[in-house]
Amino acid sequence: MTDSVLAQAFIYLFAATVFVPIAKQLGLGAVLGYLLAGVAIGPFALGLVGTEGNHVMHFAEFGVVMMLFLVGLELRPALLWQLRRPILGLGGLQVAATAAALAGIAIALGVALRPAIAIGLTFAMSSTAIVLSTLTERGLLKSRGGQSSFAVLLFQDISVIPILAVFPLLGASAATVTDVTSEAGRPAWLSAVIVVGAVAGVIALGRFVVRPLFQFLARAKLRESFTTAALAIVVGIALLMVQVGLSPALGTFLAGVVLADSEYRHELESDIEPFKGLLLGLFFISVGAQIDFALIASQPLRIAGLVVGTMVVKLVVLHALGRIFGLDRSASWLLALALAQVGEFAFVLLSLAVQRQIFSDELAGMLVATVAISMVLTPPAFILLERVILPHVTEPAAERPQDEIVDTGTPVVIAGYGRFGQMVGRVLRANRIPVTILDLDPEMIDVLGRLGIKAYYGDASRVELLHAAGCERAKLFVLAVDTAAVATRIAENVRQHFPHLTILARCVDRPHYFELRKLGVRKVFRETFGSAYETAIEALKHLGYRAHTAHRLARRWRDHEESIIEELGDLWRNDRAGYFERTKGALDEAERLMRDEDPTVYIDRDAGWDNESLRADNRVDAAAADASDVS
Amino acid sequence: MRRILVLFAHPVLERSRVNRRLLSAVRDISGVTVHDLYDVYPTFYIDVGREQRLLLEHDVIVFQHPFYWYSTPAILKEWQDLVLEHGWAYGKGGTQLRGKITLNAITTGGPEAAYHRSGYNRFTIRELLAPWDQTAHLCGMRFLAPFAVHSALRVACDDDVAQARVAYRQLIEALRDDRLDLERAATAENLATALPSLLPREVA
Repeated sequence: MTDSVLAQAFIYLFAATVFVPIAKQLGLGAVLGYLLAGVAIGPFALGLVGTEGNHVMHFAEFGVVMMLFLVGLELRPALLWQLRRPILGLGGLQVAATAAALAGIAIALGVALRPAIAIGLTFAMSSTAIVLSTLTERGLLKSRGGQSSFAVLLFQDISVIPILAVFPLLGASAATVTDVTSEAGRPAWLSAVIVVGAVAGVIALGRFVVRPLFQFLARAKLRESFTTAALAIVVGIALLMVQVGLSPALGTFLAGVVLADSEYRHELESDIEPFKGLLLGLFFISVGAQIDFALIASQPLRIAGLVVGTMVVKLVVLHALGRIFGLDRSASWLLALALAQVGEFAFVLLSLAVQRQIFSDELAGMLVATVAISMVLTPPAFILLERVILPHVTEPAAERPQDEIVDTGTPVVIAGYGRFGQMVGRVLRANRIPVTILDLDPEMIDVLGRLGIKAYYGDASRVELLHAAGCERAKLFVLAVDTAAVATRIAENVRQHFPHLTILARCVDRPHYFELRKLGVRKVFRETFGSAYETAIEALKHLGYRAHTAHRLARRWRDHEESIIEELGDLWRNDRAGYFERTKGALDEAERLMRDEDPTVYIDRDAGWDNESLRADNRVDAAAADASDVS
Repeated sequence: MRRILVLFAHPVLERSRVNRRLLSAVRDISGVTVHDLYDVYPTFYIDVGREQRLLLEHDVIVFQHPFYWYSTPAILKEWQDLVLEHGWAYGKGGTQLRGKITLNAITTGGPEAAYHRSGYNRFTIRELLAPWDQTAHLCGMRFLAPFAVHSALRVACDDDVAQARVAYRQLIEALRDDRLDLERAATAENLATALPSLLPREVA
């Protein structure tokens, strides 16, 4: 049954469909879901897939190539240039230090020099596929730790080229100079020329071929050809890179960077994205399926030692380098835990090492198991990071002490000074109303400081800070933090400890609105309501409504909406079915109201402006027309 | 050639029958600027500087509006209160509007006969417009008789409106080209009916 391609495809897809949502529900992330799916269908559990997992994996590695293309698309050349220091410095030192440390330990454990170097270099690599997808999934890629992780991964991807060149020299078989030359027997200098030429070719392709091609496709309205063209570009570049002996991931990454400034960036992104997702998923499933549980079961302690030892060494090196390169504690921990696993490239390097007889099949098998287990441990490592380590190291007292607040008796305290709080604060300050600003983002506080605005660093959900901020004497508390749970916690504390304070709060959605109102927050503002409201008015105007009419229509709708939402709060808490019924009824009501307000339709509201009744009177008796003289 | 500013105020133009058509009769005349106050200031937040600049750029100010409650729609009162500043429009140094011509172009629901001592509205239109007359006077402007279309609720028939449109257009063009007898236009009762006698003979 497993022979048919369709059956195979079904098994992979079905396993992913079952395990990924479960893993996500449990907060484990999609990557771990795929890995578990792989374990489940692999030879040691259900046995639905067997040795062909290897082929699938080679195919699925292409997902990594696509992912790097997409990463390149996000990275404009200018940004890449900005990252040169972390890429070369942090990345370079990470590879060198980790390889040296691991090789040293291997020698100490009795491995010969050459295989030890091979192990060190192989295990210095981290998994671009797992790390980037996990960072993206958790929204950490743009953070400092995330950017540093990315820089290190980039350097590792680049360093794969020289490592591939060095490996033959480590072989037990005759390590002659001819081994450094490529299969075609080219001398090294010619290879170098070809490599440079290929890179230049990729850049030229991005600049001078892709854009005109897409312009042509766009003009010819060949929408469906965009996808094939995008795929052809990525596959073509990967092929070219393999031909000249470069990493295909690096080549497509470069192409992505070149195209990052082009107007077709989003087009390319959306075309490649689904293929990437599918192939990466496949890749992770293959990793899961490849874990040799028989081997692990035969030498559990040894393998556990290898896994823990490797990860600890990588972790220590990364954390130390992070601190040396000026990352704060939480960013260093992110960097260290994110990159502590061994990457998928190890599978390639290990099979090459076996071919070159650098070390034995048995050792290679153990190393493969180590790599796979370290990969599986990455999602749990992130969970450990987020649930245990980060709350610990980001404890403000540890990293940056809560600012000493000088209580000047300001009437207003604003908690959260991002996009929302700033608007409120600026209007108040412009009217010379002093405000005390609290925020948890050190960067924001520094930016405000440069603008001459004093903001205090601190966690507004802590009662001591609220005291320090002068909540006893303040009149108004503006709750403008962007996280619903935090906002609720602050509201609870303020209500409990400073019941005299009037709270005006920003809320995320309706349930949050109801929650805050129930806590006794005076007025709650849905964070996107204002701009959506303005947009609706503008939309009516563009559809031909007079500005004044559009404003009145929208205002009428808003009054209705506001009266309804108060009413809905009780239902939300006590009667969910009633809530939905009432919500639906309210929609109909609003529609009726709008029809009534629309001046192109007759109604009796705003009768002062209306003259239908006057008109009727006039028809009966002109003299009976009353004072409201209207036309 | 005089430049003419039509300051238009109607809160529900969608329901208007006469005002809308009067406005469209003069909208395209060269030298005429139509400024629709409810459309420009839907929230009543009036840009005083912009309004004053508009006034300075024109020689004739026509307030066109329905005659709500013997007066103007609300926004024109707001406009008056904010734009006609002391020291700018009147009072010490307030000479910016001096010499300009102004009039009200209005539509009333009641018939002409109602606007008499003996009618149910008890006052004439000119009497009821006394605040505008005096405002113009204080600002040193020449206040002309109103252009009033009566029984606007009943001039539903197109002919009546068409007639009013022609007259309104003639009035605006005559003002622009300085062909209107301003002395007599200032003392007339209603420019809509008196217009033929105020234009030069060869044209009339």
